[in-house]
Amino acid sequence: MRIPLSALVGMFLTASFVFMAVFAQLLAPYPIDSAVGGVWEGPSATHWLGTDTIGRDIFSRLIYGGQITIFVALASSLLAFSTGAFLGFLAAVRGGWVDQVLSRAVDLVMAIPSLIVALVVLSVLPLNLTVLILVIGLLDSTRVFRLSRAVAVDIAVMDYVEAAKLRGERQSWVIFREILPNALTPLVAEFGLRFIFAVLFISTLSFLGLGIQPPLADWGGMVKENKDGLIYGKSAAMMPAMAIAALAISVNLVADWVLSRTSSLKGGRGA
Amino acid sequence: MHPVLKLVIQRVALGLVLLLAVSVVIFLGTEALPGDTAQAILGQSATPVSLANLREKLGLNEPALSRYLTWLWAALHGDLGVALTNGVDIATAIGQRLGNTLFLASAAAVIAVPLAIILGLVAARYNGRWPDKLISGITLTTISLPEFVAAYFVIYLLTQVIPIFQPVAMVFPGMGFWERLHAVALPVIVLVMVVLAHMMRMTRAAILNVMQSAYIETAELKGLTPMQVIWRHAFPNAVAPIVAVVILNLAYLVVGVVVVEVVFGYNALGQYLVDHVTKRDLPVVQAVGLIFAAVYIGLNILADVISIVSNPRLRHPK
Repeated sequence: MRIPLSALVGMFLTASFVFMAVFAQLLAPYPIDSAVGGVWEGPSATHWLGTDTIGRDIFSRLIYGGQITIFVALASSLLAFSTGAFLGFLAAVRGGWVDQVLSRAVDLVMAIPSLIVALVVLSVLPLNLTVLILVIGLLDSTRVFRLSRAVAVDIAVMDYVEAAKLRGERQSWVIFREILPNALTPLVAEFGLRFIFAVLFISTLSFLGLGIQPPLADWGGMVKENKDGLIYGKSAAMMPAMAIAALAISVNLVADWVLSRTSSLKGGRGA
Repeated sequence: MHPVLKLVIQRVALGLVLLLAVSVVIFLGTEALPGDTAQAILGQSATPVSLANLREKLGLNEPALSRYLTWLWAALHGDLGVALTNGVDIATAIGQRLGNTLFLASAAAVIAVPLAIILGLVAARYNGRWPDKLISGITLTTISLPEFVAAYFVIYLLTQVIPIFQPVAMVFPGMGFWERLHAVALPVIVLVMVVLAHMMRMTRAAILNVMQSAYIETAELKGLTPMQVIWRHAFPNAVAPIVAVVILNLAYLVVGVVVVEVVFGYNALGQYLVDHVTKRDLPVVQAVGLIFAAVYIGLNILADVISIVSNPRLRHPK
């Protein structure tokens, strides 16, 4: 199996982002929330990426921010997957009114842009990590629902599923032991795309001031904190912006490769 | 009744039902969540007595359904209520800002639509060769970035590296048209970037799809140049999907506009919405949310109607 260079680069970058997120407490040279230098200092030997709007070390905050961004994105895409895939399979297996109710509800949510739904909902709910993960995860699960329902509808008419039903297996057996293993490949490729969506979503919300609240900061929030610096020619806001871009692009490169492999798998089992 | 007309009426009716359902979701969804408007105004430390008084004053003790119907009836008559935070009439506040948003969005659309179609045609013409790879590579990158990150890359490039613009977009009442246009140049560039990528990729896909038809092979075999083939034979047949795609992406501007307005501190509807989400001013959020949803659904209906009308196969249903 030959892995293209772009996918290798993507994997390496994604892995290093995850590594930094996991070991943030050990890697960050300065604490997350104390002023350790002047305001908006440029990059130097002591502060590799300079300091921010109140003199905090940007490099350290980037590492801690990455931890929050990646944690929220991972948690909400896992939530999106478990609920979306389960309900999608259920709709495909049960059909009838269950399918109708779930599908129409998803149509309704998807008829409005996710950001607008999130803004409306967040105007009432308290802003904390749990709420953010729930909102992003549930909004994202609508897309997983559509995909897994479509995949499962194809699988549900296969002979082995019929056989399982005829020998009297329970619904949970049909969903988890017959459909899930066969639907896994297309869903895995989708996971990367959903993860990126969650990264972009939490960053955008934080940038708008409706995501992670200070003194904690994710990358979107860091762009917001430092954006006024651009007026005075200070480019501190560009560091977190570049981090978001780098993470999104590197996960994209891996997902693209997985996607092309899984679609070639559909043709024959050889590849 | 003509079958096309019937389809169109069905689609519009379905859209209106959807819009009604969305208004229910926006209104009742915010009402059903924990914490209510009175709590939001008075904060967590409010005494039960003052909460009860304010609930009475705001009519929050009425059943949710009757409040929804009152709200919907008033909204349909242009009365969106008053903002909780400053008591300003919401319809007036929206009216002042709607123009700014439309100006920004339409300036972006006027540039993005022809540019996307031209780039899509060029990419399809040189399918798989370097112009295609270059255009596709750049658009793939912009697709994978959130709007505000793209915005800061543009700001950094055009205010720091090549200083030709200001990083804020201020418009005042009484500014001339050209002055306004110069002021919104940066946000427009960002919005164009955001919608261009999707539009261009789908234009390219639509053209390439048509290029596999037999009549394209005939046109090629009779000796037309590739550009003639695309312009005279492929493009007219791909117009329907392209128009639908263009309108769908204009709907996408609805999201882009919210973020871009905040980035540039541009005083318009998106900024107004985000401000009042932060202030937890429910009536404003409900009203503006409904407007954005309505525009989005409306453009989606329009895209569907155009593809129904322009698809000859649908004119003769079996």
